[in-house]
Amino acid sequence: MPANELVLYQEEFQRLERSLRQLRQDASARAVFLFDKSGQQIAAAGEIDQFDATSLASLTAGNVAATDGLAKLIGEREFSTLHHEGQRDHMHISIVGKRAILLVIFDERSSLGLVRLRVKRSSVEMEKIFEEMLVKGTRTTDGQAPASPFAEITDEDIDALFSE
Amino acid sequence: MTFINYASREINCKIVYYGPGLGGKTTNLQYIYSKTAPETKGKMISLATETDRTLFFDFLPLDLGSIRGFTTRFHLYTVPGQVFYDASRKLILKGVDGVVFVADSQDERMDANIESIRNLDENLREHGFDLRAIPYALQFNKRDLPSALPVDVMYRALNFKREPTFEAVASEGVGVFDTLKAVAKQILVELRKQ
Repeated sequence: MPANELVLYQEEFQRLERSLRQLRQDASARAVFLFDKSGQQIAAAGEIDQFDATSLASLTAGNVAATDGLAKLIGEREFSTLHHEGQRDHMHISIVGKRAILLVIFDERSSLGLVRLRVKRSSVEMEKIFEEMLVKGTRTTDGQAPASPFAEITDEDIDALFSE
Repeated sequence: MTFINYASREINCKIVYYGPGLGGKTTNLQYIYSKTAPETKGKMISLATETDRTLFFDFLPLDLGSIRGFTTRFHLYTVPGQVFYDASRKLILKGVDGVVFVADSQDERMDANIESIRNLDENLREHGFDLRAIPYALQFNKRDLPSALPVDVMYRALNFKREPTFEAVASEGVGVFDTLKAVAKQILVELRKQ
């Protein structure tokens, strides 16, 4: 199912990372993460070593999915942002370009207002990168589908993964 | 959703364990967690009730090694099996690449198995997937129980597309990795086709 596949190339990855680094700086955040809606990490910036990114990705995606379900129950299309307030650290979660989730973790050095403002600005830029990514994922410059490195996978390659 | 990251050279795939309540989905993940090397797995997360029933999902990230220079990472999820958690169950299927159906072998749970497969089919459809086409493995769990139905009876009732089927005692690890491998292989073969 090709529509079910997200392909991230080096160029877009670097642009997304740049964008995240900028957001992290502008919002005075501890860390910013970009996840896919199904719970996979796309890119991150800031104090990322302080957090278990894989768990964050899956729980954030679960959280967004549950909130999405709640929205639909009351006839809303979606709740586009979520905010969790802790004693020291806080989270701001928002949807970018329909398929990605932006998570900002911040503390008293920032504020919800500042984070909101900066997230809004950088979301526009990230959405643009995502749109280009989707086009690139389905087409190369000569209009052909890009060659997948997995087209050449052999049964032996697959078996080798399970050989322990 | 298969996520291919050329920048970090990773493939990420999502496998969901589905099936009726108390069938052993969480036990499958717990066994995999207990038997894999620390460097190949992440933290296992269980969102459960106070009585250890799955409330939302269990999650286990697993690295299977590298294929053609790409790290192959599988994210294993379970759904809450209890009937009334259907809204949550549906959410977990978002972006799924492959499904393991854990059936309870006990005679008195056959209706629950059949109902759960029907529910899986319906929920997959809502996400635009077809159970007949998606990578899929079937597990007959709890083979050690005295009230377990004969395998051929279960096969006739639950197997519908000659999907790989395994007998299991998840609490002891019997059949757990065979089931996982069967669905993971199908996902990788699917990737080759694309």
